[in-house]
Amino acid sequence: MPADTLTAGRTPATHAPGSGSLQRFARRRSTIAFLMTLPLLAVIVGLVAYPAGYGIYLSTLNRTMVRNIGFGNYEILFDTDTFWSVAWQSCIFAITAVLLKALIGFWLAHMLHHIPAKGQRKWRGMLLVPWVIPPALSTLGWWWMFDPTYSSINYVLSIFAVPAVPWLGEPIWARIAVIMVNVWYGAPFFMIMYLAAIKSVPEQLYEAAAIDGANGWQRLRYVTLPMMANIISITVLFSLIVTFANYDIVRVLTNGGPRDLTHVFASYAFQVGILSGNIPRGAAVSLFMLPILAVCAFFVLRGVTRRNKEQM
Amino acid sequence: MSKRTINGVSRRNVLRSGAGVLAAGVLSAPMVHAQGTGGTLRCGFWDHWVPVGNDVMRRLCAEWGQRNRVEVQIDFITSVGNQNLLTIAAQAQSRSGHDILSFPTWEPSAHARLLEPVDDVVGRLVAKYGAINPIAEYLAKREGSWRGIPAVSGSQHKPSLGRFDLLKQHAGIDVQAMYPAANQVGPGVDQWTWDNFLVAAEKCAQAQVPFGLPMGSFTDAVDWVGALFRSYGANLVDERGNVTVRNNPAVRTALEYAVRLCRFLPNDVYAWDDASNNRALISGRSALIFNPPSTWAVAKRDAPQVAEKCWTFPMPAGPAGRFTPYLPYFWGIWSFSRQKPAAKGLLEFLSEREQAEAQTTTSSGYDIPPFGTMSDFQIWATEGPPTGVVFNYPLKPHHNAQQNIAFAPAPAEIAVQGYNQAINTKMIARVAQGGETVDQALTWAERELRNFARG
Repeated sequence: MPADTLTAGRTPATHAPGSGSLQRFARRRSTIAFLMTLPLLAVIVGLVAYPAGYGIYLSTLNRTMVRNIGFGNYEILFDTDTFWSVAWQSCIFAITAVLLKALIGFWLAHMLHHIPAKGQRKWRGMLLVPWVIPPALSTLGWWWMFDPTYSSINYVLSIFAVPAVPWLGEPIWARIAVIMVNVWYGAPFFMIMYLAAIKSVPEQLYEAAAIDGANGWQRLRYVTLPMMANIISITVLFSLIVTFANYDIVRVLTNGGPRDLTHVFASYAFQVGILSGNIPRGAAVSLFMLPILAVCAFFVLRGVTRRNKEQM
Repeated sequence: MSKRTINGVSRRNVLRSGAGVLAAGVLSAPMVHAQGTGGTLRCGFWDHWVPVGNDVMRRLCAEWGQRNRVEVQIDFITSVGNQNLLTIAAQAQSRSGHDILSFPTWEPSAHARLLEPVDDVVGRLVAKYGAINPIAEYLAKREGSWRGIPAVSGSQHKPSLGRFDLLKQHAGIDVQAMYPAANQVGPGVDQWTWDNFLVAAEKCAQAQVPFGLPMGSFTDAVDWVGALFRSYGANLVDERGNVTVRNNPAVRTALEYAVRLCRFLPNDVYAWDDASNNRALISGRSALIFNPPSTWAVAKRDAPQVAEKCWTFPMPAGPAGRFTPYLPYFWGIWSFSRQKPAAKGLLEFLSEREQAEAQTTTSSGYDIPPFGTMSDFQIWATEGPPTGVVFNYPLKPHHNAQQNIAFAPAPAEIAVQGYNQAINTKMIARVAQGGETVDQALTWAERELRNFARG
């Protein structure tokens, strides 16, 4: 049908004034795109922006939530020994756990990659089990093994005449226990991500390296790792955020004890905000993670962007 | 094609009739419920440790509902994982939810602004049954007004629960003679002091049945340490909110005592939760804990040979008296409830002696009513074996003891933070486990408590 026929069909008499421009607006690609992203925007605003904004607002209130005290809660926290101890522990916990998860995940991925394809799926499935079990449930299992009085690990150690370890009673062991459970739970995630990255490295690069006389370490250092750099960065960032925000492992395993020496931001925020009835200060504790993680995210994502530009 | 029929009734007709009946039922259901009733009362009660504890609440509420033509809907909210605290916080934020909620110890004061004053109900109950204990009053009264009614269901004491055989054998203390299942005390009661407790703790530790006293951040730990400090007159914060830690000789004395006591406790008590001490007693590894009779009830089921050698008796006394840890629940009515008169009516009914006794009896004596005049329920005399094991679980006049909540008499908004962050047990652990000096621990505690008062 000719275009002019269509134009002739739309007589001004059949439309209200201005409806043509409205139609044109509705048909614009940007309008349609906006409408199609509207559900996503609604989800982000409703489930991310609003709670975050409300959290910031809460952190500016006084304990009874009837008066705005600005940054008063942060000032008080900065003056609290326990808070600084929690900040320090959160950093130790997150950095140690993420490093161990990354190393173990990489090692597992490397091992899996060299298993013949036929048997690989079976191993992959088994190694993913810790990541699939809900952490609160698996931590409860670990807690039974670490139980102060009836530890099954200690029972096994006693068979070999090894003295009982106060897993959750001594600060150093309690910290090790918390990190260990987090690594056990999170390493499979790294493994599966790294395995995918290793598989995507072109075989020709290894062949070229072999022709150049590169040994195994050199192939890893100059081929595998550079090709995986972006996925390593993104995985570490993602895990760092999740590990910093970890709550259930500490809550179930140690409740922050002994002497607050295994608390992380989330468990301390719950103790201050919900248990102690000081929601604004609890919000301030939990928001303290935000700038730390934002700085991490900035540097990691900048590195990813830079590498992408170099590869283009 | 003709329709398929069975005895002349088509499938379509059957479906049509069924849908009609269903629709009629659904549409008429609200009318049936609302017919001649005083509306619906939504209650969120604490999910009792003792399963039949919920049944009695259901029965009592149904009985009251029928009598007053009010539909009573009940949800039992568990305290496991602090689900009840989260529910309270959510309902307080959204200003919607149940009409009545069970509020744990510190929650009535935390949400006092949103709780309906219940002075009229409490006034009538006090006129009938006498004064409510001062700790419940301290926790529930704000600005001269009761914001919750001290509940029967869920309220507990944490007195001594010991193995009378082990205590007699290793420490030479006959707790059944001291506190028999009768309204009298026996020989040796005046010797039941913290000083002699320390000696007994040492002897039992040497006999490989140490006292199972937690020193972590859970309530059992905070409660018994709170009672210990109180019996030394050691208040960490006074009633005006002044922190009184560093230059307070009573606090120093209590702290030094507790550090000495820690030497005779299992070395992992700093990681114990509220179940660890129970397990220590039930497994036969410990001679004494501070706990409600729930431990004995579990032992009766799982380790009857241990249960029949258990006995409940008051805490040791200190220079300032004898104090028993008390952890009450409160029934509160939200100020945004639309059923306030009905809610008050139900709570008054549940607090009356007959209903209170039903709750306590059903929970095998676990639930403690807030009135001193109700410390004579039959269940406490008859429960066993051994018969009378929980006779001394409620406070009785001859105990010469008072109830206590850790961090009282500090203003509740400071006390709740000290309590839930376990400042008292951490202070002890810093010295006993962490190797800090007493002065360092006191300085730390003072600074933490000062910050609780800010903001």
